[in-house]
Amino acid sequence: MAVCIAVIAKENYPLYIRSVPVQNELKFHYTVHTSLDVVEEKISAVGKAMADQRELYLGLLYPTEDYKVYPSHMIIVYYTPVCMFFILIENILLYRHTRYGYVTNSKVKFVIVADSSNTSLRDNEIRSMFRKLHNSFTDVMCNPFYNPGDTIQSKAFDSMVSAMMVQAS
Amino acid sequence: MQWPLQIIYFSLFTSLYTSLAQQLPRESMEWRRSYGRAPKMIHLEANFVQFKEELLPKDGNRALLTFPFLHIYWTDCCDTEMYKASVKDDMLRWQSTLRLHGSVDWLIVVVESEAKKKNKTNILPRTSIVDKIRNDFCNKQSDRCVVLSDPLKESSRSQDSWSAFLTKLRTLLLMSFTKNLGRFEDDMRTLREKRTEPGWSFCDYFMVQEELAFVFEMLQQFEDALVQYDELDALFTQYVLNFGAGDGANWLGSFCTPVKRWSGLLLRRPIDMEKRELIQRGEASLLDLRSYLFSRQCTLLIFLQRPWEVTQRALELLHNCVQELRLLEVYVVQGALDCWVFLSCLEVLHRIEGCCDRAQLEANCSHTVGLWTYATEKLKSLGYLCGLVAEKVPTSEDLNRTVDLLAGLGEERPETVNSLQSPYKKLNEALSSVEAFEKHYLELSHAAMEMYRAIGRMRSARLIGKSLAEFYMKKGDPERAEGFLDDSLRSYVAEGWSLQVTHTRKQMAECQKLLQQTEDYLQTSALLAGDANLTVEERKHFCQEILTFASQPPAPSGEHTNTLMAAFAQLRQMQFSPPGAVVHVGAALQLELRVRCLMPVAMQVEQLAATLHFSLEQGGARGRAGSAQRRAGHGPQGQGDGVVLFPQGSPLAGAGMGASLLPALELYEMQDRSPSDSSLTSTGVVCKNMHLLLRRHDSSASLDTPTAGALPAAVAVDDGAQMLRARDITLQPGDNSILFTAPTGEPGSYTLRQLCGSVGRVQFVQSHIYPVVQYEVYSQEPQLTIEPLSDNLLAGIPQKVTFTIATGHYSVKKGDALQLSNTDSMPILHSSCCSATVLSKRMGESALSIQSSEKVTSISLPPTPPYHTLEFQLEVLCHIPPTPFKPDIERLTNGEVRHRPKNHSHADSGMINIDQKVSIDCPWSIYSTLIALTFYVPFKARHSILSAGKRKYIQVCLQNVSDTNFHLADPVLTERQPTVSMELLSLNVKTQQPVCSQQSVFCLWEMRWAKPLPLCLHCAFSASFAPVSFQLDRVSVSIRKTQKTLFFFFFPLKAEISPPSGDQHCRTGALCGLEVSITRQAEPSETEGEEEESTEIEGLRTTKLMYEVVDNSSNWAVCGKSSGVVSMPVAASATHRVQMEVMPLFAGHLPFPNIKVFKYLPHNAVPAIQPDTDSCLENDTISLLDKGLDDQGDTASIRSRGSVHSVGSGEQQRGLPMPRLEPFSPGQVFYWSQGRQVLVLPVTDDHVMEVNVT
Repeated sequence: MAVCIAVIAKENYPLYIRSVPVQNELKFHYTVHTSLDVVEEKISAVGKAMADQRELYLGLLYPTEDYKVYPSHMIIVYYTPVCMFFILIENILLYRHTRYGYVTNSKVKFVIVADSSNTSLRDNEIRSMFRKLHNSFTDVMCNPFYNPGDTIQSKAFDSMVSAMMVQAS
Repeated sequence: MQWPLQIIYFSLFTSLYTSLAQQLPRESMEWRRSYGRAPKMIHLEANFVQFKEELLPKDGNRALLTFPFLHIYWTDCCDTEMYKASVKDDMLRWQSTLRLHGSVDWLIVVVESEAKKKNKTNILPRTSIVDKIRNDFCNKQSDRCVVLSDPLKESSRSQDSWSAFLTKLRTLLLMSFTKNLGRFEDDMRTLREKRTEPGWSFCDYFMVQEELAFVFEMLQQFEDALVQYDELDALFTQYVLNFGAGDGANWLGSFCTPVKRWSGLLLRRPIDMEKRELIQRGEASLLDLRSYLFSRQCTLLIFLQRPWEVTQRALELLHNCVQELRLLEVYVVQGALDCWVFLSCLEVLHRIEGCCDRAQLEANCSHTVGLWTYATEKLKSLGYLCGLVAEKVPTSEDLNRTVDLLAGLGEERPETVNSLQSPYKKLNEALSSVEAFEKHYLELSHAAMEMYRAIGRMRSARLIGKSLAEFYMKKGDPERAEGFLDDSLRSYVAEGWSLQVTHTRKQMAECQKLLQQTEDYLQTSALLAGDANLTVEERKHFCQEILTFASQPPAPSGEHTNTLMAAFAQLRQMQFSPPGAVVHVGAALQLELRVRCLMPVAMQVEQLAATLHFSLEQGGARGRAGSAQRRAGHGPQGQGDGVVLFPQGSPLAGAGMGASLLPALELYEMQDRSPSDSSLTSTGVVCKNMHLLLRRHDSSASLDTPTAGALPAAVAVDDGAQMLRARDITLQPGDNSILFTAPTGEPGSYTLRQLCGSVGRVQFVQSHIYPVVQYEVYSQEPQLTIEPLSDNLLAGIPQKVTFTIATGHYSVKKGDALQLSNTDSMPILHSSCCSATVLSKRMGESALSIQSSEKVTSISLPPTPPYHTLEFQLEVLCHIPPTPFKPDIERLTNGEVRHRPKNHSHADSGMINIDQKVSIDCPWSIYSTLIALTFYVPFKARHSILSAGKRKYIQVCLQNVSDTNFHLADPVLTERQPTVSMELLSLNVKTQQPVCSQQSVFCLWEMRWAKPLPLCLHCAFSASFAPVSFQLDRVSVSIRKTQKTLFFFFFPLKAEISPPSGDQHCRTGALCGLEVSITRQAEPSETEGEEEESTEIEGLRTTKLMYEVVDNSSNWAVCGKSSGVVSMPVAASATHRVQMEVMPLFAGHLPFPNIKVFKYLPHNAVPAIQPDTDSCLENDTISLLDKGLDDQGDTASIRSRGSVHSVGSGEQQRGLPMPRLEPFSPGQVFYWSQGRQVLVLPVTDDHVMEVNVT
C-alpha cells in the first residue's frame, strides 16, 4: 500500500523512515524531505485558523509522477496533557485526487508515500493508515524508556509499519 | 462561440426579428430545475430561423444545439375573409407538420396594425381574427395565441403589448427548454446506463454529454458545464482504472493505439475542433482525448476566474496521463511523453500568463511553480536522452532520436506561429543544440528555483539546485556545481538527513577532487570514510584517498594539511588518574583518552598530541584545600571520579541532531545553613543550566541560515608550549584507549585546548575540547597543625595531641627537628613509645626521638620526601590554674584574676577554657610558629558556709561540666595561713567518688575553733581526679583544684519578743516588746578593717549598723521606729540591744518579724573597692532613704535622681554627702531567731459567737 513511511520530528529530522524498495531509499528520502516544504507551508497557512478541529490529515500535497506523497503533521503533547488539540486541514480540492492533511501539535509529521500506479488507494484508507500510525506513535511516546527526540527503534512500531507496507504487495 | 436556442418562425416579419433577438435576453427568468437542483436566474438568448421542413428534428435525434425549442407563426391578417381563405389553411398545414414531428411548443402571433384596421372598416369587432384563431387552434391553450399591436409604433399600447409578448415568449421558450433539456438529460442517462453493453462507445457518449455542457455554457452556467466535463473525466478515468484491474472495455482499444503525436495541450482556442472531430470519429488517442477535455475544462475555469485551479489540475492531468499510458500499456516513443509534458506545462503557463497580470502571477507562484519544476525535470530528462548534457557532442543515435521526437510534434499551430516564445519553438530550439539546451535548461531551473525561494520552499529550491549541480558536473564545470552542492549539503546536515548528507557529500567529494581543493577533499573523504551509510568498500576507498595523500612527500614548506578531527575520530571520555586531577608539582598525572576511530581500517597515527593552555592560577598554592572536586566534575556530564564524558551526537546528524538533543541537566545539591548556628535551614537541588534548558526552542529550524556548515572554516593549529603527546599509535576502528602523561612541571592550571593527530602530511585537528578538561598542579608550603585526638582537650589530665606536618615542597632531611618552647602551664609529657608515621602511598613508621631541656623540647623528625604527611602524637598536660573562677569571688579576692582575661566560658557547656600558646620553631622557616591549643577546665567549684547554731560548716560543690566521667578522690581543704586555733574537720567519704558528666559532688567540712574566729579565712580546696576510663591508681597525677575561700564570721543576731507586762502571753492588739540584740563575735581582720567602716568616736572605734524590722506577712504592726542605726564598738562580744514595740495582728503561732542588718557607711567614707559597684550601692542607699516618701518609686526615677547627684561636681557631692548601706555577705550575720514563733492569744471574749442550730 505504502512504499515509504516516515515520521519526522519537529526540527525536521527523521525520527523514523522506512521504504519498501530498498534500492530507491535515497530517492524516497529526497522526496520526503522535499515534501516538508509543503507541510510547513500548509501548517503556517492553516495553523491558527483551525485550531480546534480534530482532523490532522493534510492530504495529498506533493504528488510526483511516480509517487503520491501523503504528508501528515501530528499533534502530540509529550509531557503535558493540557493542550491536546488538533488541526483540520480541509479537503482542498475534490477533483480526482483528494488532498488530505494530518497535523499535530508537537509538529511531528507523518509522511506516507504511495505508489501512483496503485490507484485503488482511497482517501479513507490513507486516513486510517495515518490514524494507525498516530496511535502507534503515541504508544512509542508513552514508553517511559523512550527519550523524545530520539529515533524510533520500537519493534511494535516497526511491525505496524511493515504491515502497512505489506498490504501493498 | 454561442449556441442560442433555436426558434423557428413561419412567415416572419423581418422588421421585428432584430429587435426581438436583442430584447429577448435582456431580462432574466427564474429557471426551476428538476431533481431538486437549485433554481437559477438565466438569460435566454434565441436564434430565429425561417421555417423549413428539414429543420425539424427527426424522431430520436436529440441534438440540443439544433433543436427548435419554439415555433412561432406570425400573421398580420385582419380580414376574416382572408383568414378563412388562406391563412387558416396555412396554419393548419403548419400545425400538422409540427404535430408530425412531435413539437408541441408553438405560438401564433397576430400582429395588429391600426393602418390596416382603418382600411378595413367593415370588420366586426366581436369576431376578431384572434378569437377565430384561438377558436380554431388553441383549444384550452388560449395563451398560445398572442396579439401584438403595432410593434413598430411608439404608442403606449404597442409598448405594452410588446412587453407582454416578450414575457410570453420567454416563458414559453423556457418551458420548452426545460422540458426538452429534461428529456435530453434522461436520454443521456439512459445512454450512460448502457455503458456495460458491448456496442457502447465512450466517444458517442462524450459527444452527447458535451452538448449538454455546451448548452450550459451558452446559458452562462459555466459551473454546470464544468460538471459535465468533470463527469466525463471521472468516467473515463474509472474505465482506465478498471482496465488496469483487468476489466477492459472494447471501446478503450482505440485509446490503446500507439501514440503518434505529442504536440501538447492547446489551450488558446475555446474549442479545439480538430480534436473534437477526432473524438467524434472515434479516432482520438488517449492524449488527444485528455488534451481536448482539459482544454475545455481550462476554458471554463478561466471563465469562472479560477486560473490557479487550472495549474493544479494541469499538474494532476500530466501526472495522470503518464500513469494512464503506463497502465494501458500504450507504446510511446521514448521521450515523447517528456515532450508532451514539457509542451503542456509551458502551454498552461502561457495560458495563465495570458489571463493574469504580473502581480497576480507573482503572488501565486506557489500554484505555478509545480509546472515550472515539472517542465524543468522533463527538459532535463530529454536532454539526457538526446545526449545534450554530456561534455561531448551528441552521437548520431542521439540525433536520430531527436529527429523522431521533433517529428511527433507535427507542425506548429497557426495560433503560435507568430509568437516568439511559443512552447513549440522552445522545445525545438532546446533540442537543436547543446548550447541552446543549456540556455533553456538553466533558464527554467533558475526560474523554478527563484519561485521556490520566493514562496519559502527552500528544500525544493535546493533540490533543483542539486540537480543543477549534477548537470554542471556532467558538463565538467565543477566550480559552478560546488556552490549548489554546498548549499544543499548544509541544509541536509542542519536538518539531520543522513542519507542525503552521504549522497551529497559523495558528489561534493567528486567535485572537490576535480577542483583540487585538497583540504576540503580530505575533510569530505574523512567524513565519508566514517560514514555508516556507505558500504565498507566505499569507505575504504575514501580512507585510502586520505592515506594516499598522507603518504605523499611533505610539501616544501613543511606544512601539514589540517583536517577536522570530528570526521576521523570521536572523543568518548577522558579519565585522570589520580581522579582528582589535582597534583603537586612533579607528581605523576596520567590521562587516559578514549577515542572512537571512525575509519574503516586501522590507522597508524604518528603522533597524537593535545595542546595545553597553561595559566598561573593564584590558587595554585592553595593546594588540595579548595578545588579538588571542582576540577574533576566540571563538565555537564563530568563525574566525580575524574572522568569527563564527551557528549555523543550521531556522527552524521551533526548540528541537526545536536540541536534536537537537549543539554544534559546539571544538578547541584544546595544546602542553606543559617548563619548564626549553622543549622540546616533548607536543602535542595539546583539546576545550573536552566537558562539553556528552558530556552524556547525554535519549532521550525530555520533553513535559511544553516548554522553548522558542512565544512567549517579553516582549522588553525595553535602551538602551545606544553603538550600531551603520544607517538605511533594504531587506532583500530572503534574504541581506542590512549594514555598520556601530563606534564606537571610548574604550578598552575592546565587546560586541554586542541587535539591533533598526524598521519603523514595530514593532521586531524579537534579545535577545542568541550566540556573543558583541566587539571591543576600546585605547590604547597610546609604546614604544621596540632590537633587534639578527642573533641576537646581537658585541662588537668594528660592527653594526646596529633602533630601533622604536610611537608609540601620541603623535604625533611635527617636531623631536622621541631623546637617546642616549654611553658610551665603545659609541659610535654614524655612517652616512651613515640613514633612518627609518614603518610604516603604506603605507610611508613619511624621512631621519633624527643629531647627535652629546660626551655625547649626538641623533636627530631624522620626524613620525609616532599608532599607527604608526617604524623605523630604527643601527650600534653595543661595544669589547671589555681584560681577561683567565680566572678563574685573574683571581686572579693580583689582583682587577682584580672590577668587572665582569656578565660571565658565555653559557649555550650559552661566550661571555662584556657588558650595555651605553643611556640614551635620549624626547620623550614626562620619564624616561630605559634599554635594555640584550647583546654577546657572540667570542673566548676562553688563554696558556701553553712551555720548551725554556733557550728559552722564549709561546703564545696564541685560540678563536672565536661562530657567525661571522673573519679574524684581525696578532697582536701586547707587553710592558707594555718592557725592553730582553727581546725577543719572533714566529713567526707574516704573512697573515690564517681562524678558523672554534668553532675556535682558536695564536700563538707566542719570548722572548729578555739579562739574567737578570724574574720576571714583563706582556704584552698584540692582533690584528685581521674577519668573513669583510667584505673585510678594509675593516676598518680592527681590534679589539685585550688580555691581561695573567704568568709566573715560576724554578728549573731538575737531577737526576743516579750509579752506586755503582767501577761503570760501576747495577745492580739496588745503591744509587745521586741528586743534585738546584736553581738560582735570577733574583731575584724586588718583587711576587713579597711572595708569595715569604723569611726573613731572619742577614741572608741565603732561600726555603724543599720537595722530594720520588716514584716512582710502583715502579722505584725511595728509601732514607732522600725529602723535605726546603731554603733557597734569594734570589740569582740560587744553587744547592742534595741528595744521596739510590735503589735501582733492575729492570734496563733506567729513567726517573728524579719530583722535586717546592713552596714551603714557614713557619707564621708571613700569607697575602697569596686568603683563599678558604687553607683548601684548608692542607688540602693537612696532607695532606702526615700523609702518613706515613695515606697513604690521606680528605680528609674531613683536612678535619675542618683545620677543628678553623681553628675554634680565633686564639691557638690562633698557638700551633700549621702550615707550608704551595704548588705553583709552571706554567713556574716547569723539570725538566731530565724524560724522562731511566738504564741499570740486572741483578745478575751470581746466577741460573741452566735451559733444557730436549726
